[in-house]
Amino acid sequence: MAKKVAFLQGNEAAAQGALYAGCTFFGGYPITPSTEVAEVLSIELPKIGGKFIQMEDEIGAMASVIGASLTGAKVLTATSGPGLSLKQELIGYACIAETPVVIVNVMRGGPSTGMPTGPSQSDVMCAKWGTHGDHPAICLVPASVQELFEETVRAFNLAEKYRTPVMVMPDEIVAHMRERIVFPEPGEMEVINRTAPSVSPAEYKPYDTKFGDVPPLAAFGSDYRFHVTGLNKAEDGFPTTKAALVQAEEERQVRKVEANVDDIVTFEEYELADAEVVVVAYGSTSRSARFAVNEARKQGIKAGLFRIKTFWPFPDKQIAAIAGKAKAIITPEMNLGMCTQEVQRCAQGKASVSGIFRVDGEPINPGQILEKIKEVK
Amino acid sequence: MSFDYDKYIRPGKLPHIWCPGCGHGIVMKGLIRAIDTLGLEKNNTAIVSGIGCASRLPGYLDFCTLHTAHGRAAAFATGVKMAKPEMNVILVGGDGDGTAIGGNHFIHACRRNIDMTYIIMNNNIYGMTGGQFSPCTPTGAKASTTVYGNPDPAFDVAKLAIGAGATFVARGTAYHATQIDKLIVEAVQHKGFSVVEILDDCPTTYGRRNKFKSVIEMMNRLKDVAVPVKAAEKMTAEQLEGKILTGVLYKEERPNYTDEYAKVIERAKK
Ligand SMILES: Cc1ncc(C[n+]2csc(CCOP(=O)(O)OP(=O)(O)O)c2C)c(N)n1
Repeated sequence: MAKKVAFLQGNEAAAQGALYAGCTFFGGYPITPSTEVAEVLSIELPKIGGKFIQMEDEIGAMASVIGASLTGAKVLTATSGPGLSLKQELIGYACIAETPVVIVNVMRGGPSTGMPTGPSQSDVMCAKWGTHGDHPAICLVPASVQELFEETVRAFNLAEKYRTPVMVMPDEIVAHMRERIVFPEPGEMEVINRTAPSVSPAEYKPYDTKFGDVPPLAAFGSDYRFHVTGLNKAEDGFPTTKAALVQAEEERQVRKVEANVDDIVTFEEYELADAEVVVVAYGSTSRSARFAVNEARKQGIKAGLFRIKTFWPFPDKQIAAIAGKAKAIITPEMNLGMCTQEVQRCAQGKASVSGIFRVDGEPINPGQILEKIKEVK
Repeated sequence: MSFDYDKYIRPGKLPHIWCPGCGHGIVMKGLIRAIDTLGLEKNNTAIVSGIGCASRLPGYLDFCTLHTAHGRAAAFATGVKMAKPEMNVILVGGDGDGTAIGGNHFIHACRRNIDMTYIIMNNNIYGMTGGQFSPCTPTGAKASTTVYGNPDPAFDVAKLAIGAGATFVARGTAYHATQIDKLIVEAVQHKGFSVVEILDDCPTTYGRRNKFKSVIEMMNRLKDVAVPVKAAEKMTAEQLEGKILTGVLYKEERPNYTDEYAKVIERAKK
C-alpha cells in the first residue's frame, strides 16, 4: 500500500508528529509564528478524545501541560520567543519535578516582540539558559517539514525516556514553509512511553534512584499517590535541604542527559571526508549552506557541511573532531553568534571559526555563504 | 469518639512549618473533615497549591499532591482536571498566591467554571517571605514594605471570584473552625468552580506589626468582624459597617468546563 503523502506546512507537520507520538493534551497561548500548531490540534485532539485548552497566557499554558502530564498524558505546548520567555520558570519546574513535556518554539526575531513574522535562530541560548538553576536541556532544530514531523515524534520519545522537557525549535522559515511530507505508517517510527512503576503503591517513590537515573513515573489518578514539588526534593518527592541529597539529586538530573549524549545528539555530515572548509549550520540556514557547499565543490573548493540536528546537548565531540581536521569552520546563523560561540568552545583554536550573522529578518542565502567559503579557504 | 485526622496525614511529614497561632492548620483540619464527610477517594483526589506558607498544606496530606510555582496552582490544576475530569481537584493557597501573581489564572478558572474547589487562606499578608503587603492587606495597615501604612486598596476575594464567574463562593474564618468543613463540603459538591475564602491570621508577620497583642486578639477580631449572611439580612448599613459576610455568598448553576469539553469531543468525533 502506498504511503500517505501530503503537502504540509511545518507547523502542521509538528502537530501531526505530536499526534503520531501519542499526544493527548495541548495547552497553549497563541503567538505568531507558532499558531498553526495549536489550530491543527484544536481540531484533531478532540477527534481522538484528547484535550485542547487555550489558556490565559503562556505561564498558564506551561502549567496546564505539566499538570496534565502528571496524570499520565503525553503533552505539548507551542509558542514563540516572548512566550518562551514567559514559560521559563515553569520549564525549570518541569526539569526539577522531572515531568515529560514537549515545547515547540518557533524562533522569530527578538528580543521582546521583535519581528513576529521574521525568521530568526536567536532562541537557542534561551533553550539552555533561560530558566534558572542547573538543569538538563534537550533542544532539536529541524530543517524541513518532514524533519519537523519526525523530530517532534523524537522529542516526545526523549521527554518520556528521560522525564524532562524537550524543545523543538524550528526557525520561522521551516515552520511556515510548505513541503511534501511522507507520513510514516503506525509502528514504523519508534514511539516510547514513560516507564511505569514496577513496585507496589506502598513502595513507590517518584525519584527512586534504585531504578537508575530516570526513575519510573506513576500517574495521578492511578493506584499510586505521590507528592510533586518544585523544591529540591529527596527520592520520595518531599522537600529536603540536606546538602548531600540536594547535590546528588541535582547532579543526577543533569547526568541523565549528559551521560546519554550519544543517544540524544543527532547530526548530518555532508561531504566532510576531505573537507578543508566546513560549514556548521542548522535549521533553514543549513539548506542554504548545502547549496553553497555544492557550488564550492563545483568550483574545486573542498567544502563540507556539518548540520546540527540536536542543538542541546551540543555536538561537542563531533565539532572538536572537525576542528582537528579542517582548516576553517564557517557558522552562518540568524543571530549574532550564538552557535558560533559554542563552535569556538569546541574547536579550542584548532581551526579558524568565522560567522555570518543576520538579524534583519532575511534568510542567509547560499551566495553569502559561498563568498565566505572562498574568503577563508 | 474524637475525629481521626491521622488517617489522612502522611506518616512522618509532621510537624508542619506553620508558626504557633497561624490559622492555616485550622483550615487543614477543616479540609480533612470535609474530605472525610465527602468520602473522597485518596487515589482519585488531587490537592494542588502554589507557593507560600498556606501552599505547604498538600505535602502533609496523603493524596495526589502537587506543590507548584508561586501563583500557578489554578493553571496546573486546570491541566490535571482537563486531562482527568473524573478526579476531584482541590486547590489551596494564600491570598498573595491567589490574587497577586496568580490573579490571572484565578479569574480565568472562575470564568471557565471548571469543576474544582479553591480554598484561599486570606491572612492579609505575604507570610512566607516575611510580611510584605498583599493585594488583600487592608489600606493603611503595616507590612514590611508598607511601614508608613499601606497605600493600596485591598481586593475583596469573594467579590472578585463572583465577578469573574465562579459559580459557588463562600467565606468563613479560622475562628469559626467547625464552619470551615461545612463550607468546603458544599463547595466540593457544587458542580463548577467553587471558591472558599477563609479569613485567617498571621500573628508572626501581620499581628505584631499591626498592634495585635496576641493570637487570641487576632482570633477575636475574626469573631467580631464576621457576620453570617442570614443575620446580615436583618442588619442596617450602619450595623454592617466594617463587618465581613460569612457563609455561602453566591451560588449559581452554569455548565462547567469539562462537561462542555466532553460535548466538543462528541461533536468532533461525528
Ligand atoms: C515567582 C515568584 N515570586 C516570588 C516568590 C516569593 N514568594 C514566596 S511565598 C510568597 C508570598 C506568599 O504569600 P501568600 O500567598 O499570601 O501565602 P502565605 O505565606 O501568607 O500563606 C512570595 C512572594 C516566589 N516563590 N516565586
